[in-house]
Amino acid sequence: MLSSRKAWGLDLGLESAALAGDRRALARLLSHVENGAAEGRAALAALFSRTGRAHIIGITGSPGAGKSTLVGKLAQEIRAYGRRLAIVAVDPTSPFSGGALLGDRLRMRELASDEGVFIRSMASRGHPGGIAHATRDVVLLLDAIGFPVVIVETVGAGQAQVEVARVAHTVVLVEAPGMGDDVQALKAGLMEIADIIVVNKADRPEAKQTVRALQFVRRDMGSAGHHGAGALQPATEPVVLGWDPPILQTAAIESQGISELWDAIQAHRRYLEESGAWDVLRKRHARAEVESWLQRHLMLLLEERIGELRMNEAVDRVLRREQDPATAARNLLGAALEPDRDPIA
Amino acid sequence: MERKIRVLIAKPGLDGHDRGAKVVARALRDAGMEVIYTGLRQTPVMVAEAALQEDVDLIGLSILSGAHLALVPRIFEELAKRGLETLPVFVGGIIPADDVPVLKQMGVGEVFGPGTSTQDVVAFIKESLGA
Repeated sequence: MLSSRKAWGLDLGLESAALAGDRRALARLLSHVENGAAEGRAALAALFSRTGRAHIIGITGSPGAGKSTLVGKLAQEIRAYGRRLAIVAVDPTSPFSGGALLGDRLRMRELASDEGVFIRSMASRGHPGGIAHATRDVVLLLDAIGFPVVIVETVGAGQAQVEVARVAHTVVLVEAPGMGDDVQALKAGLMEIADIIVVNKADRPEAKQTVRALQFVRRDMGSAGHHGAGALQPATEPVVLGWDPPILQTAAIESQGISELWDAIQAHRRYLEESGAWDVLRKRHARAEVESWLQRHLMLLLEERIGELRMNEAVDRVLRREQDPATAARNLLGAALEPDRDPIA
Repeated sequence: MERKIRVLIAKPGLDGHDRGAKVVARALRDAGMEVIYTGLRQTPVMVAEAALQEDVDLIGLSILSGAHLALVPRIFEELAKRGLETLPVFVGGIIPADDVPVLKQMGVGEVFGPGTSTQDVVAFIKESLGA
């Protein structure tokens, strides 16, 4: 802990303070969770039974499509109904310095002094999927604290950064006019996880073409092409059909189309609840969570068993072209599971 | 466990020049810090709210409007209301030499004028956080 920080007497106090509405305590707990600190893990374990109530909305799309501005306006719309909400805005970490410039608040000025909105910026910290490694846990904590709506804004996402579908119940894909033709849209990825598609900056003349291209692609994909939030988990349950992702037009800066977007998000939630898809989604999210932790624990365990020395030896064999990386890894695994065996094949 | 220095770079007041703030924000990013940049024309409440929600370790204020003697005490006031009175604050911008000791008296850790090397800002931050 840095010396400048005023410490709480007990970290148990942080949890109950956050639950009682102390926003500073919540902010500190979020840091603990983001940093993977023991206090954060303990808080999540203790508060887990309170989770599962928030509607988690993912907002994704290319850099410059207008995600942050749209999130800001959407949040104002939600606030107009008197609901509290939290926003988790992810921006990329520089792979070179490890630092990050988190600028999403810049576009959410109107919310900056509203105590019913809690905005937290997160750096991706090297995680590749469009959100940070700890984003799921941060969302879980905000859910536990009692925010009925949590919006997750991804980094400016390309085609394969679809991990937000593992966190959100409703995924909104934001596109802007003039950012590629329909072949771009046909490529796998973001289009397939979108529950709602938004063409932002719809006051621009090219917007109509973008809408037409997206309509064409959507028709082409049919219902089978839409997987929606939760689509990334192994499909142990059949994909629930019956939701056709609507294509909406917004001009976020002009506040146009925002209430229609909120209506569509709520319609999607109603659909999830009435069709039973909500339960499927929750089951998939839960499974993904357990698998993800299993992977983490397993990696740590293996790294410990293999040790730096054997790892370096394996890397050297690969460098000398004596062994391909896949075989080297398999041998390391064998050695880790049977410690007496000679790791050199 | 990953622990990054989180810094809020804010521009309170009404002047519209954010070049300096952006240069500092970038330098801190390049020094491996996570910089929350809030943009122009922040009110004292907005600055304090951002510091609270983002759980930052330190605040940098860029003020070129000449209103520093009015703005800084109001920001400290809003920080104190939120229990953040011990958060280190530095100021950058056009600050007359006579006002520097006044600001420091108010609780500002350091004042950086035009021509400051960004390395000095980085060094100041690391020093005040004991990092």
